Parts: sequence; C-alpha cells; structure tokens
Amino acid sequence: MKLPALLAAAALAWSTLAFAVDNTPPLADPAMQQRYEALIHEFRCMQCQNEALADSNVSLAADLRLEVHDLILKGKSDDEIRDFLVARYSEFILFRPRMSLRNAWLWAAPSVLLLAGLVVALSVMRKRSLLPIADDDASDNIADA
Amino acid sequence: MPITVLVIFVLILLVLTIGISNAPREGRKDIVSPLLGKAAPSFTLPKLLEAGAQYDGKSLLGGWHLVNVWGTWCVECRAEHDMLLQIKGEGRVPIVGIDWKDEDASATAWLSQLGNPYETVVTDHDGRTAIDWGVYAAPESFLVSPAGIVVEKQIGGMTPEVWQTQFLPHLAPGAAAGAKAGA
Repeated sequence: MKLPALLAAAALAWSTLAFAVDNTPPLADPAMQQRYEALIHEFRCMQCQNEALADSNVSLAADLRLEVHDLILKGKSDDEIRDFLVARYSEFILFRPRMSLRNAWLWAAPSVLLLAGLVVALSVMRKRSLLPIADDDASDNIADA
Repeated sequence: MPITVLVIFVLILLVLTIGISNAPREGRKDIVSPLLGKAAPSFTLPKLLEAGAQYDGKSLLGGWHLVNVWGTWCVECRAEHDMLLQIKGEGRVPIVGIDWKDEDASATAWLSQLGNPYETVVTDHDGRTAIDWGVYAAPESFLVSPAGIVVEKQIGGMTPEVWQTQFLPHLAPGAAAGAKAGA
C-alpha cells in the first residue's frame, strides 16, 4: 500500500519539472486547470513562432498565459478565449486554423484529389476490360491445333 | 488520356505557382493585424513623465495620432528612435508612446539621453494594453485616425520608406495624390 502512494508522490513531484516554464498560478478548480493546460497548447507564441504558449519562456507568452488564466476565471468559454486572442493576434495564433472560405479548398483538396484518382482508375480499368484478350485466344488456338 | 494527365499536371503547376508567389517573404511582417480598420482599443495608463497622472485612450480622438509601442530593452526601438524624432520634427502628427514592460527609470533616462519624440508617454507595466493592441514584436507603430480607427500598422522599426509610402498618404490624401502626379 505504501509503495504505490510513494511512487505516485514521486511522480507528482517530478511532473512539476515539466511545467517549470509556466509561472502562472494554478487554478484552484482542477477542471479549469485542465482547460487552461489544453488551451495554452493550442496557441502559438507570436515571438517564437514554432513554440506553443505553453512551452515558451518569452515574457509575452507569460503575459498571454496569464490572460488565458484570467479569462477562464472570469467564466469565459474556450471558444470565447480563442476569439479573444484571434481578435488581437489574427488566426495565426491558432496552431489549428479554422475553416473559412479562404482555406476551404485546402480542406476539400484531399477528397477532391482522391475522387479524381478514383475516376481515372475506373476509366482505365473499364477501357482495359473492353480490350480483346488476344494472347489467350492465340495460345488456346495453338493448344487446340 | 495523355491530355487529361497533362491538364491535371498544368493545374497542379498553377496551384503551386500561385501558392509560392503569394508566400510571405519576410515571415512575421506579413501577418496582417486584425486591428486594421477597427476602433483603437481603449486603455487608461499612467503617464511616464507626470507622476500620478493618467492618460485615457479617448484623448486620441479628434486628431491623427501615431501610437508607438517601445521599450528600452528593445534593440530595434533604438534604431528607429531617430526616425521618430524626425517625424516629430515634421510636425504632421503627434506621437503617443506606450512604454511596454519597462522600468520607468530607464525609460526616463532613455528619453533624456536620446531626445523625446513623444507628445505623451504612458507606461504599460503588465503588458495588458499591448495584448489588447495585438503587439508581439516591439517596436510597433499604429496610425489612429481622428475617429479613433487604426488605419495603418508597422511591425518593427519605422523607416523613411514605410513612413512615406504607407503612413503619410493617410495624413494628407490630396497632397499624396499631388506628390504621385509630380513624381
């Protein structure tokens, strides 16, 4: 009984090392803290563009983490927080871009290309099936003769 | 069949060509601010050079203003400082400085050593106002119209070219058209 508890405590203590970058005070409500963790991984650090807010120790990233923290405390929904940041920093702050008229063709492209490939494959197969099976006929004739 | 293949090939080539020619050249400078064409975010911040005095963002209304976000920790801000002094000298538009996440003492020293291009300097210690303005790479400059609309934005240092080609035309549309005709 004691060993698992000890291991769990050790694992917990160890896990705080992973959050060393983030100095934002944790939220008291675990559900809110979970939303906070998820959200800060969704947003780009605008100064060091290939890092998430969660991973960056730039001061702007710290400010934005605090902003996300405070917005959750104010009772804002995840979508409202995304809108808040997009309104200030444009869609570029989202690692997962939203679908819009401008990028709809990108989302549609894989299915369109797959469909085009299917059409080409089917038409090739149909044309081949219409060809006379000349070689087989010839060999049959030789075998018959 | 070869014609179909050729058509598909040409289409793909077209998509790639358009994509590559539209790709951002200088990375983050191509991120368009969502603030352009919208009302400048409101703020109330303490003035750097008048102890105890507050500056309300509403004071921007009624005349053109250049809002410049800077900090003494920012290398490019030093590089653009002479350009800001030149803009002040031209007298076309007053500059309001937002001193972003800075020490008041170093900001005051900076202004007394290098000259003060600003009509007013406010201090944004916690960076909340900068977030509302969508600032991520100081220096950033915003041209705010008399109606309080952000009409132009420069991310990075202000240069004579950017000032003349992107900012000045807003300030005097008639004069800009005349200058173009003359050139």
